[in-house]
Amino acid sequence: MTEIAVPAMSLVVLVGVSGSGKSTFARKHFAPTQVISSDFCRGLVADDENDQAATSDAFDVLHYIVRTRLKRGLLTVVDATNVQWEARRQLIDLGKSQDVLVDAIVLDVPEEVAVERNETRPDRDFGAHVVRRQRKELKRSLGKISRDGFRRVHVLRGVEEIEAATVVTEKAWTDRRELTGPFDIIGDVHGCRAELETLLRELGWEIEPGGTGASHPEGRTAVFVGDLVDRGPDTPGVLRLVMGMAAAGTALCVSGNHEQKLARALNGRKVRVAHGLQESLDQLAAEPEEFRSAALAFMDGLISHYQLDGGRLVVAHAGLKEAYHGRASGRVRSFALYGDTTGETDEYGLPVRYPWAREYRGRAMVVYGHTPVPEAEWINNTICLDTGVVFGGKLTALRYPSREIVSVPAQRVWYEPARPLSAPGYRDPGMLSITDVQGTKHIEVRHGGGRIKVREENAAAALEIMSRFAVDPRWLVYLPPTMAPPETSRLDGYLEHPAEAFDEFAAAGVGRVVCEEKHMGSRAVAVLARDPEAAQARFGVGDGSTGAVYTRTGRPFFDDPAVAGGLVDRLRRACAPLMDELGTDWLVLDCELLPWSAKAEGLIRSQYASVGAAARTALPEALAVLEAAAGRGLDVGGLLDHTRRRLDNAARFRDAYARYCWPVSGLDGLRVAPFQILACEGRATAATEPHPWHLDLLARLDDPLIAPTRHVYVDLDSEESRRAATAWWEELTAGGGEGMVVKPVTVPAEPEVTPGRTGEAGPDGEPEGGTGSPRAKARVDRVQPGVKVRGREYLRIIYGPDYTESLDVLRNRFLGRKRSLALREHALGLEALSRLAEGEPLWRVHEPVFAVLALESEPVDPRL
Amino acid sequence: MLLTISTTARPATDLGFLLHKHPDRVQEFGQSYGVARVFYPEASEERCTAALMLDVDPVRLVRSRGRSTSDYALGQYVNDRPYAASSLLAGALADVFRTARAGRCNARPELAAGPIPLEVTLPALPCRGGPELAHRLFEPLGWEADARAVPLDEGFPEWGDSRYVRLALRGEVRLADALNQLYVLLPVLDDAKHYWIAPDEVDKLIRAGESWLAAHPERSLITRRYLGRRWALARAAFARLAELGDDVEEALEPPIEEEPAVSPEEFPEPLPEEAPADLPPVLGPGLGTPTAPAGGDGSAAPGETFSAPEAEGGTEAGAEGAGRRPLNVTRREAVVGVLRELGARTVIDLGCGTGQLVGALLADSAFTRVAGTDVSAQALTVAARKLRLDRMPERQRERLELFQGALTYADDRFAGYDAAVLMEVVEHVDPPRLPALERVVFGTARPRHAVVTTPNAEYNVRYEFLTGMRHPDHRFEWTRAEFAAWAAKVCGEYRYTVAFRPVGDDDPEVGPPTQMAVFTLEGAE
Repeated sequence: MTEIAVPAMSLVVLVGVSGSGKSTFARKHFAPTQVISSDFCRGLVADDENDQAATSDAFDVLHYIVRTRLKRGLLTVVDATNVQWEARRQLIDLGKSQDVLVDAIVLDVPEEVAVERNETRPDRDFGAHVVRRQRKELKRSLGKISRDGFRRVHVLRGVEEIEAATVVTEKAWTDRRELTGPFDIIGDVHGCRAELETLLRELGWEIEPGGTGASHPEGRTAVFVGDLVDRGPDTPGVLRLVMGMAAAGTALCVSGNHEQKLARALNGRKVRVAHGLQESLDQLAAEPEEFRSAALAFMDGLISHYQLDGGRLVVAHAGLKEAYHGRASGRVRSFALYGDTTGETDEYGLPVRYPWAREYRGRAMVVYGHTPVPEAEWINNTICLDTGVVFGGKLTALRYPSREIVSVPAQRVWYEPARPLSAPGYRDPGMLSITDVQGTKHIEVRHGGGRIKVREENAAAALEIMSRFAVDPRWLVYLPPTMAPPETSRLDGYLEHPAEAFDEFAAAGVGRVVCEEKHMGSRAVAVLARDPEAAQARFGVGDGSTGAVYTRTGRPFFDDPAVAGGLVDRLRRACAPLMDELGTDWLVLDCELLPWSAKAEGLIRSQYASVGAAARTALPEALAVLEAAAGRGLDVGGLLDHTRRRLDNAARFRDAYARYCWPVSGLDGLRVAPFQILACEGRATAATEPHPWHLDLLARLDDPLIAPTRHVYVDLDSEESRRAATAWWEELTAGGGEGMVVKPVTVPAEPEVTPGRTGEAGPDGEPEGGTGSPRAKARVDRVQPGVKVRGREYLRIIYGPDYTESLDVLRNRFLGRKRSLALREHALGLEALSRLAEGEPLWRVHEPVFAVLALESEPVDPRL
Repeated sequence: MLLTISTTARPATDLGFLLHKHPDRVQEFGQSYGVARVFYPEASEERCTAALMLDVDPVRLVRSRGRSTSDYALGQYVNDRPYAASSLLAGALADVFRTARAGRCNARPELAAGPIPLEVTLPALPCRGGPELAHRLFEPLGWEADARAVPLDEGFPEWGDSRYVRLALRGEVRLADALNQLYVLLPVLDDAKHYWIAPDEVDKLIRAGESWLAAHPERSLITRRYLGRRWALARAAFARLAELGDDVEEALEPPIEEEPAVSPEEFPEPLPEEAPADLPPVLGPGLGTPTAPAGGDGSAAPGETFSAPEAEGGTEAGAEGAGRRPLNVTRREAVVGVLRELGARTVIDLGCGTGQLVGALLADSAFTRVAGTDVSAQALTVAARKLRLDRMPERQRERLELFQGALTYADDRFAGYDAAVLMEVVEHVDPPRLPALERVVFGTARPRHAVVTTPNAEYNVRYEFLTGMRHPDHRFEWTRAEFAAWAAKVCGEYRYTVAFRPVGDDDPEVGPPTQMAVFTLEGAE
C-alpha cells in the first residue's frame, strides 16, 4: 500500500491519460471543492464537457480558479491529463506565483485499461489513438518529470497500486500554530554569548552548566530570530546553547542570512568571506569536528519562519509580509532571510530596504531582527528586535503575549558597524494607505458587537472631505457619532419632549439617567498632549505641536495656526490638573465649542440669516398687499391671518439662531464645554467609565475658557424626579437653550464580542423601522447611548420658521435609520478609542474614524 | 413669494384681460409644492395691480421632488423658497400666466401686441451679484430698475447685506416680454442650486428668450447661469458632510477652476459651473457662447467641450492684456512640453481635476499610458464626460486610466509611471499635510520625474482686482524662494534633483505667474 503525503497548503497536479482514473482517484481522496477538473471548466465555458474547441478558454478558467484558491491558502487538486510538459509547467508556475508547493501524482495504467474505460463512457467519442498519443507523451515526460519543479512526484503504477493508495496531508514545517507560548523572542545575538546568558537569566531562564541548554521554570519557550552567528566573540558558545535548547524543545530558531551563509561556507561552497563570517569560521575551526558537523546540520535545518499561537504570531529573521505567512517558495525564504530590498544602495553601500512594515496590515504580530535599530519600536503590529548588541548596542527580547520588552546592554563594541547605529531615525509622517479606507469595508467592533459595513460610495465622499480638509490623521483619533431624538411627542405644540426619552430608557430597563445640557455650538474633539515629547511618544507627531481641536468632519477649527495653537495651549493648561489626576500625558475630550457662529458664521449667514432676511422683507409686503385686497372686499381672510402668524414665526426664527451668535476675536469670546473624557493613557474611558465620573472630573476644570455642562440626574421610577427634570428642560429651552441629552448613568453592559467572530452580520442600513430579521430588529432596539431632546424654539432652525404650523405632518417622522446609525457610529467611535488606548497602529485607529465620517454621508433625514 | 405687476395704461383694469385673471376674484392654482394665488390689491381705471403670491410648503417642496432626489441636506428644509422670488416663483408665473406669456389676448389684441406702461415689484429677489447685476440684466431690456440691497440681519450689522434685493422695475414693455424676461431672469439672478432643474430647460430657455435674449449684452451669463448647476444632484453626500462640519457646501467645492476673475463682484467664484457636454448646437456661438473667453465671471462657457480648450477658463486679470492666452492653457502646454522633453512615455496626473491635461496627453501619441487621479468624485465625473469616455475609441481608451485617489494616502496605483504631474495641486494641501503628500509621491510612488507647478505669490501684485489668494481653496501661495526651499527639502529627503522653469511671462520684477519644478530621481538623468 502506498501512502502519498501532500502538503496541507499546496497544489496537487494529477497526471494520467484519459481513462486512467484521475477523476475517480480525486473523488476518493479529496473533497469535491478541492478538485478542479478541465472537463468541469470546459462545461462551464461551453455547456459541453467534451468540446475540445473550448479547451483554451476552459484552461483560462481553470487557472483562474486555481490561482484564487491558492491565494486563499486552500489545497487544490487539478484533474486534467497534464501529460504534456507545457501543461505541467503552467501549473507549477501558478503554484509558485502563489508561493505554495506543487506535488504531482502520476496515474500510470496500461493503455488497454484506459481505452476500455473510455469506450464504456458514451460521452467520450474519441478513439483509441488519442489515448495512445497521450501515453506516448506521458512516457516521454516520466523520465524527467522529477526535474519539472515539483516538490515531489508520486507515481502509482497499475490499477492495483492506484486502488490501494492512500493520501494524507502533512502540515508545513513553518506551521507551529499549535504552540501557544508564552514565548521569549530574542533578537540578533551574533556570537554574543555572555549577553545572551545575561538576558536569559534576566528573563528567568536557568542555564545548564556548560551552557549546553536552558529551561524556564514557567515553561516558557525561547524563539530566536536568527543571526546567532558571526561577528561576535563566541559563535560556538551561542550555537551550543541554542542547539541544546532547541533539542530539548525549549527553543525555536529561524534561519538568519548569516546562518545561511555560514552553512554554505562550512559545506565547502564558495562564499565571499565578509561581514564577520571569518570570526565564525575561525572560532568553529577550534571546535571538535563533531560539534562542527552538528552545528552545520542545525543551521542547515533552520527554516525561514514560524507561524505560532494559532497564526497570531509570526517570527522571521527579516520579517515577512502577510501574503507570505505560512507559504513556501524561494522568494518567501529570500524575504524572510534578507527582507525586501528596493535594488538601490545607500551612501554606505548597503542595500536600501523596502519599508514593508509600514505597509503591513496583517492581524498577526510579526517579530524579526536583521536590521539594527537603536530601539525596538512597533510599526503596524510588527517589531524589529535587532538592537545591535554586537555593535555595542543591546540585546533585546520581546515577551509574548505580554508585549514587554527586555534588554541588556552590550559588554563592549564587539564589531565596528558599517553604518553608524545611531543614524537619525526615520520620521514617519503618519502614512496611511488608500486600501485602508477605499471600497466597501467591514469593521469589527468590540463594543456593540459584530461588524459594521461601510459602503464604497460613502467611503468615496468621506475620502474627499478627509483628505482635503481633515487634520493630520495622527491627531484624528475619534469622530463623534450622531445622536437620535426620542420618539416624537404627541403633546400639543411639541415635536420632542423629555417624556418619550424617559420612557424609552425605562422600557429598556435603565433605572437612572443623566440629563446634560446640550450646548449649542459646534461639536469639537480636543486631542491634547502634555508636551511635545508626549505628542511624539503617543501620537508620533514630532513637529513640536501638542494637540489639535477639530470639527465633526475632522477639520481644524481655525485656519490661522496661531489661533489653533493658542486654543490647544489654553486647553492643555486648563486640563493639566486633570492629566495629573488621571496619571496620563495625553487626553481626548468630547466638547462643544461656543459660540456656534465661531465656526459656522458662514453657514449661519448663507443659510439661516438669509432665510430670516428674505422672510422679514417679503412678509410685510405680502401683508400689505393682502390688506389692500381685503380692503377691496376680496376674500383673503385666512391668508391674512396665516401671513401674520408667519411674520411672527420669522421673528422667532431670527431670535433662535441669533442667540448662538456672538463676536469672537482670536480666542476672546470663545468657550469650550467638555462633557466627556474620551480616552487617556491605557484607557478608553468613554467605553469604561459611567457619565457621573466624566461630569465630576470635568466640573473641576477651572478656567474662564471652560464652560460647565449643567446636568441633573433622574430616577426613572420616580414621577417626581421626572417632573423636576422636565421642568428643568422647559426652563433651559425657554431661555434659549438648545435642549438636553439624556444618557443612561452607567454604560449599559454589552456582551463583549470576541474580535474575529463573524457570527453576527454587520448592521447595515436597515430599512426604516427595522423590518429585517429578528436579529436586525433586536439590534435596532438596543439601548441608545443617549438621546437628544431639543427645545421648541431651537427646532425652528432645524425644521424651518413655520414648522409649528404643520406639526401634524412633521410628527410623521421615521427614526429607525437614524437610531441604527447612531448605534453604529457610537460603536465605531468606541472602537477607535479602544484601539488608540491599546496602542494599535495608526491605520487601525484611522479605520473606524474614517468609517464614522463615511456613515455620516448616508442618507438619513437631516432634521433628526 | 410675491410679485406684483401694475399698469397705468387706461383703462388699467384691462390688465385683467391681458393676464386672463379677473380683477375681482382670488384665484388659486395648485402647485406640487403649495398654492399660487392671483388677486388684485388695487384695480381702478388709473392703476391696476395684480399680485402673484406663492404659498410654499417646504415639507411638500421636498416631497414633490420624489424619492430619487437627495432629500437629506438640511438646506432643503430650511431655505428661502417660501419667501424669496426664486425659480419657484418663475415657474408659477410661467404656469399661471401661460397664455399671457404667449402674447395671446383675444379681448385686447392690440394691447397685448405692444408696449404698455408697467411696474413690477419683487420684495425679496435673491440676486447673486447684488443690485448692480439686476441693473445690468434688466436695463438693456428697457426697464428702469430700482434695486436695493436688503441687510442680512439688523442685529449683526457687521454681516452686511444679504443676497436679496428689493427690486422695482418700471418701463414701457410688452407684457408677454415682461413675463418671459422675469421667467428667465429670476432663476438667473438667484443662481441657486437647482435640484429640480428639468432636462427640457434648454428648450424652455430658447422659447422664453426668443424675442430678447439673443440681443442681450449679458446673454452668456444668462445662459450659463440658467442652465448651470445641473450636476449639483450628484453631490448629496458631500452636502451632508459639509453641513455636519458647520461648513457652507460651496466653500468646500473642489477647485475645478483656478484663475482669478476679472470682475470683483463675482470673485471669488465658489463653483465655476461645469458646462454640460451635451448642450445642443443651437446654444453655440449664436446664443450664449462667446468666441473669446467669457468676460465677467471667469468660468467655463456652455458649449465648451474638451476639443476647444482655448475657450475654457477665465480671462486673466489685470496684467494679462487682451489677446493673450489664458494662463491655464499656457501652463498645460508648458507641462506637456516638459514631459515630451523628458521623454516620458507614461504619465500620471495627480490631481487631474476635470481632465484637461489628461486630454492633452491622450491627444499626443508619444504618451502611451496616461492616468488621471483626483480626490473629487465630482471632478472625475466631469472629466469622464468631457473626455467622452463612453464614446472613446478602444485604442485610446486602453491608454487611459481615471480613478479616485488621495495624495495623502499611499497608493500602489500611483507607481510605475515615467513621470508624475502635480499641476496646481500642492497649494490645495494644508502645510502640515504636505509631508504625507511628499512621502506618497516621492517616497512610495517614486516616479523617475515629477513635474510640480504652483502659483508664484510674488506675481499676485500684477492682478488688479485680486485680494488674498488666487483661489479660495488655496492653503498657501509660495514665493519663488519658498518653492525652491520646499523642493530642496524634498530632494534631500527622497534623493531627487530639481530644476525650475517659469510658466507664462517672466516678469523681471516678480517672476512668472506660475512656477514649475521638474524633479528627477537621482541617477535617472
